Amino acid sequence: MPSKKPAAKPAASPRRRSVKTAHFKPSNDDLVDFYQQMLLIRRFEEKAGQMYGMGLIGGFCHLYIGQEAVVTGVQTALKDGDSVITGYREHGHMLALGCDPKSIMAELTGRSGGCSGGKGGSMHMFDPDKGFYGGHGIVGAQASLGTGLGFAAKYRKTDNVSVAYFGDGASNQGQVYESFNMARIWNLPVIYIIENNQYAMGTSVKRASSEVELCRRGESFRIPGEQVDGMDVLAVRGAMDKAVKYCREGNGPYILEMKTYRYRGHSMSDPAKYRSKDEVKKMRAERDCIDQIKEKILDLGITDEAGLKAWDKDIKSRVADAASFAQESPEPAAEELYTNVYIEG
Amino acid sequence: MAIEINMPALSPTMETGTLAKWMVKVGDTVESGDVIAEIETDKATMEVEVVDEGTITQILVAEGTEDVPVGQVIAILVEEDEDLSAMPVPTAVTASAPASAPAAAPAPAPNVPAPVAATSVAVSDPAIPSGTEMVSITVREALRDAMAEEMRRDPDVFIMGEEVGEYQGAYKVTQGLLDEFGPDRVIDTPITEHGFAGLGAGAAFAGLKPVIEFMTFNFAMQAIDHIINSAAKTHYMSGGLVKCPIVFRGPNGAASRVGAQHSQNYAAWYASVPGLKVIAPYDAADCKGLLKAAILDPNPVVFLENELMYGESFDIPDLPDLVLPIGKARIFREGSDVTIVSYSITVGQALKAADMLAEQGISAEVIDLRTIRPLDIETVIESVKKTNRCVIAEEGWPQCSVASDISAQLMEKAFDWLDAPVTRVNSVDVPLPYADNLEKAAVVTAEKIVQAAKAVCYSD
Ligand SMILES: Cc1ncc(C[n+]2csc(CCOP(=O)(O)OP(=O)(O)O)c2C)c(N)n1
Ligand SMILES: [Mg+2]
Repeated sequence: MPSKKPAAKPAASPRRRSVKTAHFKPSNDDLVDFYQQMLLIRRFEEKAGQMYGMGLIGGFCHLYIGQEAVVTGVQTALKDGDSVITGYREHGHMLALGCDPKSIMAELTGRSGGCSGGKGGSMHMFDPDKGFYGGHGIVGAQASLGTGLGFAAKYRKTDNVSVAYFGDGASNQGQVYESFNMARIWNLPVIYIIENNQYAMGTSVKRASSEVELCRRGESFRIPGEQVDGMDVLAVRGAMDKAVKYCREGNGPYILEMKTYRYRGHSMSDPAKYRSKDEVKKMRAERDCIDQIKEKILDLGITDEAGLKAWDKDIKSRVADAASFAQESPEPAAEELYTNVYIEG
Repeated sequence: MAIEINMPALSPTMETGTLAKWMVKVGDTVESGDVIAEIETDKATMEVEVVDEGTITQILVAEGTEDVPVGQVIAILVEEDEDLSAMPVPTAVTASAPASAPAAAPAPAPNVPAPVAATSVAVSDPAIPSGTEMVSITVREALRDAMAEEMRRDPDVFIMGEEVGEYQGAYKVTQGLLDEFGPDRVIDTPITEHGFAGLGAGAAFAGLKPVIEFMTFNFAMQAIDHIINSAAKTHYMSGGLVKCPIVFRGPNGAASRVGAQHSQNYAAWYASVPGLKVIAPYDAADCKGLLKAAILDPNPVVFLENELMYGESFDIPDLPDLVLPIGKARIFREGSDVTIVSYSITVGQALKAADMLAEQGISAEVIDLRTIRPLDIETVIESVKKTNRCVIAEEGWPQCSVASDISAQLMEKAFDWLDAPVTRVNSVDVPLPYADNLEKAAVVTAEKIVQAAKAVCYSD
């Protein structure tokens, strides 16, 4: 074989960014807003966990505790008309979009006041008016669906973006890569947020993924990816601002891998044998997203301990109201069994 | 303020649990996230974390207490900065005398009618020699034993799926298999149903005998292309050159309030495919005997289990090698007025209905199909020739259902023996709702079967 000259280098393909995107520079109001949003999600989820224990919530219930910085940083970067989609761990996503905690909690208890009228439950919540398309129970499905939402935004010639969240476990599903490929060839404005909380049920990322840096999963599709400290809401927001700008300007899809952590079990029935208690304790003690912002608030003198306590009390009472609403709201009327199967007319 | 800590509900199907271990004692201070106890549920041993901070002032249920109902107060916590001296003296408890606690809130019962232990005596299975000794095991154990026995017998048998190994099975069905057979034969996969179903079919082409577990059959929809296009059709397309001896198994159908995407019965889907065998057993003996038969079978087999049945105990014949024939229905209870045909969990409802009908003077014959493909229509026809009436009870949608197919076949093959229209009792024709009351209204119950049976007997 005649020796061949090395082929010309291919055009630089988007690679993992080694340079970390700058953190978001928050105003005092931003800090307060982030803190309160994250705390609302935490308190809401704690309450939901309690209510599950009391038998008021049925089926599966996946709590978001520990991951609050991700939705808060991501969704505060969006504007009207953008769309959001995720899996079954979506209570926090609903709250971060400003959906009423009462209707979310009432969906958990399966009552008529719930956002899906009690027919969806914990895993199936939607608020299309706010751009939220669920709430899906089949791992990985939301990646393709979210790509379709991005397709619609481009088709209609808007500058809106679609945010498709999925987990580290979901990132191994084939349809994710089929979607990446289409999003790239058609330059769709989709931001794939991989919520890498390090476990898919009991399977750690390193047991299930050949490439554990999930931000690199788009490389062979030429989709840029970045790894972000998902426990730091300012890092999340900073990276997200950049990704949103990139997408809105018509450059196509973007991948953000959020390194995060869930403190609670996968669902309420998790034997928790796959990780040590110390691992969880350490994460909580050293990396907690709420504590990080709390420190900043105190350092800047935005408020003091008493002020924080007052906010917490206020949030707790909103959550308590949601919990009582969710217990008082009546069950769906019997005829509701047959409604919404088809659109009438 | 004193806060009551209740026995938590830790799974969709849990009604009671064992308080296995206290991780705290009276006087300990705890903060949010601390583990205070270990509880054994129907599925797993789990840790209970506290939500509130404070001091444990009373422990009301002793370590080792079994059958503690969900909702029972198990401990009292007093929030910090309260005067502990004002609190009641801690009550000591011993394992032999569980402390009396306030009446427990009733545990939520699963909506899908609870499996019913057969009160009626099963007509003996011809495959089991009479006089065989019986032992009581759960459906979960029966399935596990079937796999373990076949894995001991044949090194080509292996099990693959999500959480089958280190987690011990999402529903504990593969418990202990990793310890016995090691990670080469008990293989945890990533969440890639389409991929590992295809990988399994390829390994079967090469002569291995994979048992592919789907965490539930709802997720097998990602893999249905390989189950049908690769596993079911290749033997035919190759003119018999290639075999695919594989078992696809896992829980199928509604569980308890897990919503529409997690609550579908796929029996009719797979049963429509030539090249596949489809088994949907009811009790522990059938689970064991038919799963072994499925693994031994040289064809691809879809083996549909039911999550709500996993914890149910049944007597099973104590035979060293219990293998039951695929494709044979069983007359579970003999009767003369109406035939009730069913399969899987709904057999329990059919038996309950037969008891209720007996009280009203109607003698129902209950047939458990056990295998959906090949379908033992002969047994159904023979029964209909005797009773002249047939009700088919199936937890699943009515259109294009197994019930529809049996009804059509009876029209073709038993028309002259029928005294009333064959009647289907299926789940309501809607995606399964989450709300407690709506889910209850949607599924097949013994009452609905009784109503249909009375209608075909014109005894309303
Ligand atoms: C297709 C499919 N397979 C399996 C499941 C069962 N399941 C539900 S969640 C889950 C783990 C997903 O982990 P990950 O994507 O990391 O998300 P996380 O739960 O950590 O948020 C599994 C295996 C499912 N719902 N859908
Ligand atoms: Mg995960």
